[in-house]
Amino acid sequence: MEFLKISKAQFQLSVGRMIDENFVYGVKAKSPSYEFDRLFTADELCLNYNITLLSPNKYFLPPRTPLMGFKLDGKISVDSMVGAQPGIIIGIHPYDLHALKLLDAVFLGNLKDAYYQARRQVIAIIGIDCLQPWQYSFAASMGTAFPPAGFDLWLTDTGDKYLIEVGSEKGEELCRKYLDASEAGEIEVKQREKLREESLSRYKLSLDISPQLIPEVLNSGWNSSMWEELGEKCFSCGSCTMVCPTCVCFDVRDTTELNRLSGERYRIWDSCMFDAFATIASGENFRPTGTDRLRHRLYRKGKYMLQRWGRLGCVGCGRCIHACLVDIASPVYAYNRLAREARTG
Amino acid sequence: MINKSNSESLYFPRPTKLIDVTALSEREILFRLRLEDGNALYHIPGQFVEVSILGTGEAPISIASSPTQGDAFELAIRAVGNVTQALHRLQPGDTIGIRGPFGNGFPVSELKDRDLLFIAGGIGFFPLRSMIQYVLDMRPLFGKIILLYGCRQPAEQLFHQELKEWRERDDVLIMDTVDRCPPETEWEGNVGVITTLFPGINILPARTTALVAGPPVMYRYVVAECLKKGIAKERIILSLERRMKCGIGLCGHCQIDNAYVCLDGPVFNYAKLEQLKEVEL
Ligand SMILES: Cc1cc2nc3c(=O)[nH]c(=O)nc-3n(C[C@H](O)[C@H](O)[C@H](O)COP(=O)(O)OP(=O)(O)OC[C@H]3O[C@@H](n4cnc5c(N)ncnc54)[C@H](O)[C@@H]3O)c2cc1C
Ligand code: SF4
Ligand code: SF4
Ligand code: FES
Repeated sequence: MEFLKISKAQFQLSVGRMIDENFVYGVKAKSPSYEFDRLFTADELCLNYNITLLSPNKYFLPPRTPLMGFKLDGKISVDSMVGAQPGIIIGIHPYDLHALKLLDAVFLGNLKDAYYQARRQVIAIIGIDCLQPWQYSFAASMGTAFPPAGFDLWLTDTGDKYLIEVGSEKGEELCRKYLDASEAGEIEVKQREKLREESLSRYKLSLDISPQLIPEVLNSGWNSSMWEELGEKCFSCGSCTMVCPTCVCFDVRDTTELNRLSGERYRIWDSCMFDAFATIASGENFRPTGTDRLRHRLYRKGKYMLQRWGRLGCVGCGRCIHACLVDIASPVYAYNRLAREARTG
Repeated sequence: MINKSNSESLYFPRPTKLIDVTALSEREILFRLRLEDGNALYHIPGQFVEVSILGTGEAPISIASSPTQGDAFELAIRAVGNVTQALHRLQPGDTIGIRGPFGNGFPVSELKDRDLLFIAGGIGFFPLRSMIQYVLDMRPLFGKIILLYGCRQPAEQLFHQELKEWRERDDVLIMDTVDRCPPETEWEGNVGVITTLFPGINILPARTTALVAGPPVMYRYVVAECLKKGIAKERIILSLERRMKCGIGLCGHCQIDNAYVCLDGPVFNYAKLEQLKEVEL
């Protein structure tokens, strides 16, 4: 592991140099929240943020991904849209990198999704520790408060400097090209440990059980009255899934130009919380109620994704808790309550 | 921009020519197709394809013919919405797109030497047809064959010619029924829902595997009858329909609990289905 340090002023100059030569995306303040967006000047970058509205996964699995273009003149001619613009993302928080690892398992598992893969290969990741967690986050108790492997560079705000961990060759190259950083020693690394340790006590929400036990409490909780109690309030708006960094479901649609000569097939984010998500052509809906859909979503997060892809489908970011207007979407509430119900029988 | 080739896209539909178009009824058409690259589809009975009309969309459709029937294959399609209606407007010689085959298909090797009880409700006949054709083409490999085929009314019964040929064979028993028979309609078969055929069949439960496809409401009653006949849960095999958007285990639409119908199905045995909480049978 290689560690470097750089003053914040120097870092800003480095970001400026990156912007000159690359597509750089970073966290911008967008009142009342923050959002990942293309940076045009280094001073737009805001690294002491609490949460972004959407996760940076939107760069790898965009809300709308063109799959192919075609001509309608009778013959199929599919122009490839499998491609990606190289770029650099600055400011990913640990929980979002955990979520990206889940997307890797989904889209680069048995089947390689070329659209995702293309983006993943050419977009570099510079993350940063989340030392002042958002009030809705429960990442600490989900084991996602610190970054997994898989970043190119990782920053820790140590006051007037950033400590930088180099995570890959691509990261090394970025340092060589853009960062005027000097070597860091054991003192800084120890300081990072301390800062990280201290951040854990700042989380307001936490899961009462080990995350490994979530599938177990779900196994016993299928018939809990909680599902109905929460689910009947759901108005199927899908907000809880649109903001979720681990939600991967999509619809596939076609559009045609007005001249009906050519068109495009694309995939677009979909939500298992929408009422017709599981409706077939005959009209049969296999998840007809808000209760069915809320339960499915939380089983998917807490059990199915783990079984299928080896990672929990919730990284504890808290976005869904905040997004739900009727206050029923919270995984930490549901899992804690089921754990309590399991204990008390 | 860094680009890759078409073939790397899992969504790339293979150009496929319609070589024959036969109306089965007012709502259903049988299409005979061949991949333009000359290859066979290399499918297993019970698998499905995603049929693509550029500019309109895709629909999952069961492969209605057996791989034993040659390189061309058949799809039987009921017009219900955008894609299926657009398909109904096509002519022989037109080109569509095909992705697949997808899904697990029927467990063909497990079915060897077994007595088979096919139970088809309405267009549930389509996915079963590939297996029935396979069995008839490879007849010595299988035991006794019974087909129960139920429709709502006589006009909805499809594949008359084929049924007639099968009826003439002495190595397969066909029993059909309609839920109701409007006055003045010609009908020689049974009247009543498909479960009313069960008392009339004679099977050896230990030797028999049931293969079931039909509308969702049918499954509960048919499974109950099969169990009553003494067929083991593992030997009751059902082909399911769910909403599908990708066919490759990514879009999430077809999920039942953690089972992806497009990957782990569409064929499931009842012992497995019984464990899924979202299935109420
Ligand atoms: C594995 C599998 C195998 C199948 N095999 C066959 C087969 O062999 N033959 C066959 O004919 N069919 C088969 N089907 C069914 C077939 O896939 C559907 O009929 C088809 O996808 C319909 O597509 P469409 O574009 O024509 O209809 P759509 O345009 O999608 O519309 C279908 C109907 O649903 C309604 N609808 C559309 N969207 C919604 C919504 N969001 N909520 C409520 N209603 C809506 C429409 O108004 C219309 O009545 C199979 C399905 C599966 C999953
Ligand atoms: S389920 Fe909610 S808390 Fe968990 S990762 Fe998704 S948005 Fe974040
Ligand atoms: S749980 Fe809340 S955010 Fe999610 S769909 Fe229902 S009402 Fe909308
Ligand atoms: S159809 Fe998309 S996951 Fe099964």
